Amino acid sequence: MVAKITVDKLTVNFDGLAAVKDLSLTVEENEILGVIGPANSGKTSFLKTLNRLNDLYPNSRTTGRVLLDHDDIFCRKEIQELRRRVGIVFAMPLPLPLSIFDNIAYGPRLHGVKNKARLTEIVEKSLMAAAIWDEVKNRLETSAFKLSGGQQQRLCIARTLAVEPEVILYDEPCSGLDPISTLKVEEAMRRLRQNYTQILVTNNVKQAARVSSRTAFFLMGEMVEIDETSRLFTTPKDKRTEDYITGRFG
Amino acid sequence: MKRPFEFIIEKLVLISGLASIIFVVLIFVFLLKEGLSLFGQENLWGFLFGQNWYPISDPPQFGILPLILGSFLVTLGAIIIAVPLGLASAIYVAEVAPSGIRDVLKTGIELLAAIPSIVLGFIGIVTLAPFLKNVFHLSSGLTALAGSIMLAFMAMPTIVSIIEDSIVSVPKSYKEGSLALGATRWQTIYRVILPAASSGILAAIMLGIGRVVGETMAVLMITGNAAVMPTSFLQPVRTLTATVAAEMGEAVAGSGHYYALFAIGIVLFVISFAINLLADWFLHRGKKKRKKR
Amino acid sequence: MRDTKRTEKIAFALLLAATIVVVTPVLIIFVLILFRGLPAITSEFIFAMPREGMRAGGIFPAIVGTIYLTFGTALCSIPLGILAAVYLNEYAQKNWLTRVIELAIINLAGVPSIVYGLFGLSLFVAFLGFGSSLIAGSLTLAIMTLPVIITSTREALSAVPKSFREVSFSLGASRWQTVRYVVLPNAIPGILTGTILGMSRAAGETAPILFTVAAFYLPRLPQSMYDQAMVLPYHIYVLSTQVPNVSVKIQYGTVLVLVLMVFVLNIVASYIRAKFRKKKTW
Repeated sequence: MVAKITVDKLTVNFDGLAAVKDLSLTVEENEILGVIGPANSGKTSFLKTLNRLNDLYPNSRTTGRVLLDHDDIFCRKEIQELRRRVGIVFAMPLPLPLSIFDNIAYGPRLHGVKNKARLTEIVEKSLMAAAIWDEVKNRLETSAFKLSGGQQQRLCIARTLAVEPEVILYDEPCSGLDPISTLKVEEAMRRLRQNYTQILVTNNVKQAARVSSRTAFFLMGEMVEIDETSRLFTTPKDKRTEDYITGRFG
Repeated sequence: MKRPFEFIIEKLVLISGLASIIFVVLIFVFLLKEGLSLFGQENLWGFLFGQNWYPISDPPQFGILPLILGSFLVTLGAIIIAVPLGLASAIYVAEVAPSGIRDVLKTGIELLAAIPSIVLGFIGIVTLAPFLKNVFHLSSGLTALAGSIMLAFMAMPTIVSIIEDSIVSVPKSYKEGSLALGATRWQTIYRVILPAASSGILAAIMLGIGRVVGETMAVLMITGNAAVMPTSFLQPVRTLTATVAAEMGEAVAGSGHYYALFAIGIVLFVISFAINLLADWFLHRGKKKRKKR
Repeated sequence: MRDTKRTEKIAFALLLAATIVVVTPVLIIFVLILFRGLPAITSEFIFAMPREGMRAGGIFPAIVGTIYLTFGTALCSIPLGILAAVYLNEYAQKNWLTRVIELAIINLAGVPSIVYGLFGLSLFVAFLGFGSSLIAGSLTLAIMTLPVIITSTREALSAVPKSFREVSFSLGASRWQTVRYVVLPNAIPGILTGTILGMSRAAGETAPILFTVAAFYLPRLPQSMYDQAMVLPYHIYVLSTQVPNVSVKIQYGTVLVLVLMVFVLNIVASYIRAKFRKKKTW
């Protein structure tokens, strides 16, 4: 196994309050790491550190080290390249007010792809990889807002894929979706396993059990436990993990 | 490594952001540059408190006290008229009027704001001045009172819209709390809403004063333009702004008269600066107070 | 109980009366200008040069001068104002510098218009040597309208949802790319509304142009941006106070033309605002 991301003593503060405390873990290449835990456990803050989206909040402060393929992400000057390599899918489907085609092409265009044929190719490939191509191929020019919630979320996955990232972060990607749409999104994630490292933050314990290869349990900014998904869910080492996955709190 | 285009645009954005500061400084510097030259031939005391404004007699006298008092008188009159009316209309629009009528009233007040001041000045000359002349049996209707009435209307959109905003932004819970205790709507308005909106009302009055003091064309056309010590509202007066507008055209560049008009500009700039800072302070105080609760 | 109800009725009646006192004059002014001004509006009045010391003929040069001046103002103030608003809304941190810029904008908005006239006279006309000219007048009016444009553009920018920016950044966009491709396109209707309103104000201003561009009587069109020009607001001033025995018809006609120009701009602005509200998808 090759480590894709190495997190070392990471602490994230907002206005002096720690959202993530002294976190160390590794994410392996081509795995799906599930991150579960109740609200305010620091899952999302952890996730948004990995592509430095927390930088957008002026009240945030980060210490510790995060390596992406041996490069410290906080030392990089060019944040844009980091964000291209580490894509994110947000909790709510957030299409831009553009057509389906332009939503997908937005990222590649930013990074200098101008050729129309090349763009068309990227859009098609990305939509296929996100398992939504068949549903939208005949209406690429319509507004992305016309799609259903589940379709919009897969569109957002496709949009993330279009910039050819190496890592994809999901921030509770199905929290606004119905069960059938959720299954479709999960199916898309499983298909992406061969080529991408994925981190799935979810408050749906069953979803982590269904999708992820390893799972980490966060509580109040600290990681309580990380293990193979099958082991974490059958024989958790920590009492708090057991309480959480059996639904006794959270 | 940043792309050079990105770098240039970022600097351009920053400079544009700073432009407002640069312009305020530039305005002040250029007013000082011309205006301070006056004080080679006239002392500050004589300028501010001299009772005679005879800029082209020989020797010239540059006392702007009559102009300051003219501005003061016209402003005072305008505020006495505008504040009660403005406050009442703002309350009516914000709290009493049914929504259909509210839109009509708001549009009317917005329209008033859109009319250029030169047009209001012209209307004042052809309607208001003859009217006042007949009512008060004057030799001319072009008086301080005419100026006050006209300026009251010009300040109205500012006053009404700011008071209305501050009434609307009073938390709904205050109002509901009061109504739930059995107070009538009117009692709620003057016991709960108006005190809560007081900062906004003060700011509105300040900004209204700022608008009135700075207004030029309408007062120039309608106040009669006599640079004498004012004694009554029914007498022609001349304001600071009107003096500059009326005389700069004839003043010879580099003469005492020219510098004196710029010195008046400094006085106006300082007054408006103070009024606006004060109004901003009131507005911020209002916001802070609300946050604390 | 009866008493408080009656007090309320009286109070509300007084409020209504005050509102009527405020709003009716507006109506009267419009009716007056429209009915007295309309008879003057002929194609000669609009498209001919003034004659007989402005007591006859048309106001064509003043109309053209106003249009030139407004365009010049827009050209200078809109790009600067939009960039300044972008700085404040998208780039600036919340620190003392931002606060100073905000105070500067508030003060620019409050500086009396005649002081802008003095400033334009000393900086553009005299110091930079432009003379009384379209360019000096445009620059003066541009600085005067800057606060309006900055404030309204800022409002339009902050109405664009934060999440759009986050999406754009997450795809690797730089700050400027985010502004250029996501924020500005979605703020354009709001920006347009604000800037058009700013221009309508500039078109009606008189005091700042008195010594920077306005010509008393110049029966030809301006030849270049270093040329003086007749402009409608100043022309109204001249007709109503400086030239004796001008017919009321010509005075009202000139006023009507200016009011129409200003209102066309206002109506366009509210049309864009209304249309945008309906179309808004987020």
